Amino acid sequence: MADVAVAVEGVSKKFRRGELHDSLRDFVPALFRRAVRRGTLPDLASREFWALRELSFTVDRGQAFGVIGGNGAGKSTLLKLVGGILRPTRGTVRIDGRLSALIEVSAGFHPDLTGRENIFLYGTILGMTRDDIRRRFDTIVAFSGLEEFIDTPVKRYSSGMFARLGFSVAAHVEPDVLLVDEVLSVGDFVFQRRCMERMRQVLLQGTTILFVSHNLHAVADLCGRVLLLDRGRVAAAGAPGPVVQAYLANALAGQRDLGDREVYVSRLTVRGSAGEATAFRSGDVAWVDVEIAARSSCHRLSVTLYVQDESSVGVFNTSTERLGMGTFDLQAGQAFHCSIQLDLHLAPGTFYLGAAVVRYDIQREYDRWLPAATLLISADKDVRGIANLDPKVVRFEPDAGPQSSDAR
Amino acid sequence: MRCSRHPARARAVAGQEARLERIVTRGRAVRRWRDLVLMLAWRDIRIKYKQSVMGFLWAVLMPALVVGAGVAVQYGLSWYSGRPVDTANLAVVAVKSVPWAFFVASLRFATNSLIANSTLVTKVYLPREVFPVAAVLSQFADFCVASATLAVVLALTGAGASATLLWVPLLVAGLVALSLGLGMFLSAGALFFRDVKYLVDVVITFAVFFTPVFYPVEIFGRYRETALLNPVAPLLVGLADAVVAHKTPDLAWASYSMGVSVACCVAGAIAFRRLEPLFAERI
Repeated sequence: MADVAVAVEGVSKKFRRGELHDSLRDFVPALFRRAVRRGTLPDLASREFWALRELSFTVDRGQAFGVIGGNGAGKSTLLKLVGGILRPTRGTVRIDGRLSALIEVSAGFHPDLTGRENIFLYGTILGMTRDDIRRRFDTIVAFSGLEEFIDTPVKRYSSGMFARLGFSVAAHVEPDVLLVDEVLSVGDFVFQRRCMERMRQVLLQGTTILFVSHNLHAVADLCGRVLLLDRGRVAAAGAPGPVVQAYLANALAGQRDLGDREVYVSRLTVRGSAGEATAFRSGDVAWVDVEIAARSSCHRLSVTLYVQDESSVGVFNTSTERLGMGTFDLQAGQAFHCSIQLDLHLAPGTFYLGAAVVRYDIQREYDRWLPAATLLISADKDVRGIANLDPKVVRFEPDAGPQSSDAR
Repeated sequence: MRCSRHPARARAVAGQEARLERIVTRGRAVRRWRDLVLMLAWRDIRIKYKQSVMGFLWAVLMPALVVGAGVAVQYGLSWYSGRPVDTANLAVVAVKSVPWAFFVASLRFATNSLIANSTLVTKVYLPREVFPVAAVLSQFADFCVASATLAVVLALTGAGASATLLWVPLLVAGLVALSLGLGMFLSAGALFFRDVKYLVDVVITFAVFFTPVFYPVEIFGRYRETALLNPVAPLLVGLADAVVAHKTPDLAWASYSMGVSVACCVAGAIAFRRLEPLFAERI
């Protein structure tokens, strides 16, 4: 008991599809209609669906626990249940300690109030007492870097300033259990970075974190355990590496509509030195295995490889033809294998890999599969951007002025 | 926090710690609740008077307008009936109008309080009753300003003071309890059915005709008792009796009102607590 901070036992949550009657004007005719043609209307029971089904897990104190899954998998519902905003249809949620949530950073702000006033308002909403806020006020303001604007109404703030102030307050609540939902999707790169740093710091202070995000890299980076939800059920749970990989395999594979393509990319996998992998360290060697399958005979084909960053911006591409391998021909039903070795000099972050099968001389792309695989890159050095140019500081000193030359 | 000690002593200390922790936790929860209500009420007050030229003067002006309306009605009646206007009568109207204005504003504001804060209701966990409570509290702040002004005016016009003034806090407490109870009911109701908002507006607009605010309750003739069944009526009449006529309020009717108010407050709180788990889903 002492070391379990969050215990979720057999939790299910049922929702109803469609509009609820929220005015008497709608409600009365609906009742009437139901009474008249009972059989023809969809029964309420058939409009119900389970957002979460029989979910059980525990989070140890001081642990960071990640929840991932596609849209509609039930992640936010789960967080709302743990946060006490919704009540489970079945099962129990137990929280040991003080809870605070970092959900939509600025929900508690009022635009007409100044930054100072909003710190107090939002702080109280998130569970601090006024004394707590008074004590931490200077730290909060310093963290936000908005000292000059603290007495300006927040409606005159830029959206970035808004988010920064919101996060600064939320980051100083110091709860026992912190729920984090997609805060990393707002703000610029520096802000996201700061969020992550602060969460790591909070974690070191013994806070338990329940972290929901689409940013798989952040989840893998921060969390010791990860839960993968799929349509309200647990699809996988455990160490971040395998769970993230299971999610990516699920999310990226199997959903391709091949249409009537003559040739297509049938498989794309990434190997590290220890077999199939998703997480790499910057500078590692990786092998990309691409399999091409033909439905009818095609000629002069080559394979193109793409790497994109998280916002689908091309980072790198190459092709077997450009690499001097020439082209290949395929008969109907024949397959073709090609493996490309890459040195992953990428900066830390999430990247997507994809491949296409093309015929250059007639400028025809038969099939393109992108993203087909994900790379989660981490690095020892704090380098940011897209590429890791592997920096080394070789000189680091002030200019040797006349005084110092005297002293020498 | 936890460090290894002698096991038996550690257990005893742990027990004490746990008890202490519980008390601290409960204390924190109470303080948090209080701070939340205060902050939300303060926010509502700040926002209401921000970017307005008159600012906080509106807290006096609004009830003054209501009192003005009451006075106009008095002059109208006197013109119609041919009897001269009595200054004591004007004081009675003023003493009844100010709390009436508070009651009306509280109900309107509290009814909307959950819908107006829907982002907070669906995004952050708070004890939700803070919203209607803060709504009533922010109106109460206005009421205090208006009452203080009225007290000054009454003192200047020589209304005088007596021991019956001691009834005022009790009667006002009754009115606040009634506002809180109804406010909790209506805010939850409005969250499920938006119609409640409009119904409240309509009822409040017409309620002034069925409540002895601008008229003495005797005007209702043989329906006097029926008029007094409205729990606000005995409170207003009692206030006028205590402040202007310097006589003890009608105890039977006053206790009826207080009973209804307290019952309403308790029932409102229970209903609110019962419905609270559905708020985030149904808003």
